[in-house]
Amino acid sequence: MRTEHPIYGLMAEFDNPTDLVAAARRTYEEGYRRINGYSPFPIEELSEAIGFHHTRLPLLVLIGGIVGGLAGYLMQFYLSAIEYPLNVGGRPYHSWPSFIPITFETTILGAALTTVFGMLALNGLPQPYHPVFNAPRFALATRDRFFLAIEARDPLFDYEKTKQFMQTLEPREVFDVEA
Amino acid sequence: MKEVDEPHDDVGMHLTSPVIEPGHTFASVTDKISALALKRRTPIGWFIGFAISFALAQVLLLTIAYLVTTGIGIWGNNIPVGWAFDIINFVWWIGIGHAGTLISAILLLLRQEWRTSINRFAEAMTLFAVACAGLFPLLHTGRPWLAYWLFPYPNTMGMWPQFRSPLMWDVFAVSTYATVSALFWYVGLVPDLATLRDRAKSRVFQIVYGMAALGWRGSARHWHRYEVAYLLLAGLSTPLVLSVHTIVSFDFAVSQVPGWHATIFPPYFVAGAIYAGFAMVLTLTIPLRKFYGLEDFITMRHIRNMSKVMLATGLIVFYGYIMEAFFGWYSANEYEWYMIKNRMTGPYALYYWLLIICNGVIPQLLWSKRVRHNLALVFIISIVVSIGMWLERFIIIVTSLHRDFLVSSWGMYSPTIWDWSMFLGTIGLFFSLLFLFIRFLPIISIFEMRTILPEAEVEEEAAT
Repeated sequence: MRTEHPIYGLMAEFDNPTDLVAAARRTYEEGYRRINGYSPFPIEELSEAIGFHHTRLPLLVLIGGIVGGLAGYLMQFYLSAIEYPLNVGGRPYHSWPSFIPITFETTILGAALTTVFGMLALNGLPQPYHPVFNAPRFALATRDRFFLAIEARDPLFDYEKTKQFMQTLEPREVFDVEA
Repeated sequence: MKEVDEPHDDVGMHLTSPVIEPGHTFASVTDKISALALKRRTPIGWFIGFAISFALAQVLLLTIAYLVTTGIGIWGNNIPVGWAFDIINFVWWIGIGHAGTLISAILLLLRQEWRTSINRFAEAMTLFAVACAGLFPLLHTGRPWLAYWLFPYPNTMGMWPQFRSPLMWDVFAVSTYATVSALFWYVGLVPDLATLRDRAKSRVFQIVYGMAALGWRGSARHWHRYEVAYLLLAGLSTPLVLSVHTIVSFDFAVSQVPGWHATIFPPYFVAGAIYAGFAMVLTLTIPLRKFYGLEDFITMRHIRNMSKVMLATGLIVFYGYIMEAFFGWYSANEYEWYMIKNRMTGPYALYYWLLIICNGVIPQLLWSKRVRHNLALVFIISIVVSIGMWLERFIIIVTSLHRDFLVSSWGMYSPTIWDWSMFLGTIGLFFSLLFLFIRFLPIISIFEMRTILPEAEVEEEAAT
């Protein structure tokens, strides 16, 4: 039965990763695009099955690393050669070999901070509330169950038809997910 | 599930012992590991262990209070031995930390599946060891409340740090290492915190774990980016961990002190760090798997592999000792050669030979398969190695400094009770943090354990 409340989408529950990936592939082939899988561990095939192949994260990390490295080097150059020149045993003010270790560290730091905060930002985390948490038994998505969701926003989404289609995927059960 | 840790087990069988005992499912792995953090009753042994550690941590607080109000004169440091326990212990703790990063990053890149059940624990060890390490240079500054002077920030004195100094490199290396290790550890924890959130019965724990889990819901898109991020972090941590101990060794090698000014220092320090770190991981996991019944997850294969890594890095370290002695002679420099002779026959010779026995001789027992499968012996060897690595830093630092270039500047060093109380205190802090970690967080990465189960494979024929 359709619930009174507005609905986020429909969700099917599976027992194992193979069934979930198979179901996700069929759903994608059927033309649904606003779909997502939920699993207790990363499944490479699953993100491919729902048509998610590419993330910008590595590019961001590269930029973060370059920015970190440049910032580290230029900081040392500016402070040692321009702002606060100090003659240490007659060495040149711009003694670049001595600046490499810190440049290396700031490169790693810039890249690592970008990796973690970039990953969280692209994932939209932290996000304390999300409609999928309304699905019954969704707590098992962090234990041993596998879920496939089709959002109501999908252009092909039609409550009755989509629900019928999801039944053909041979799930354990299909739920309504309240928005 | 069969017992595998019987010493009289058939040795040949262990060659095929798995990284996880058969019969486990997603649910059983999840329930078993999360129960360690979620169960209501805390074992009595935990209270005893925590009480002892926490009492030692109070010794640390007492020492710091006395140190800060009096000054570092309460230590045995003097001139010529201006660097003593504080740097010995700093290097010792930092080195221990390195095994955690090695296990979590380098072994991940090398696709060593067995790392999965020990990486979380080893990373926690890294964090706590780095925290203990950081205390020593911080307090050695004498005025720790001004330690922020080490960082480049615009100030009214118009002064800036000296970037040509290895000590500045060290500040950046260690603070970057601490930051990246903490991030790596936390990122690894997020999916498991979500598991704890969903499995916790009490409202308080649901909220606390829920906040820490950042709303993780296992979405396939999230997992995809997560995996990319995790791999990138591993790739970044690998050169980082090698650079950290290299830079720590630069603190010594860039100086002109005989016994420190050696090109072999960076690789020899890095190998020593991994050696000490694996020894500490073994010291901690052998009792842990026993008391928490984790023999299914931390199998004999883990113990065996860690023993082998320890043996291999121990040989590199021992090679370093031989090369140090060789170059002391080959340099034909009287100060270098005197330093080696003084190490072997001088006032600290006892500690030098103890070091050779602890780090060079006793670990050779690990060549034997029987020894590697004897938990008690492996445990004892791991402690011997920890002592040996501590002695190594003592020898490098004290024997190199106490004979200055001029005979008139020679001196001796002996630690005071406050040196010892500070060292023991950090051990207390380390174990207190570790006990809290064992009680409240999943000590084994649950989601990674799920991935190594056979049922985690997607069967391609069925899926298409």
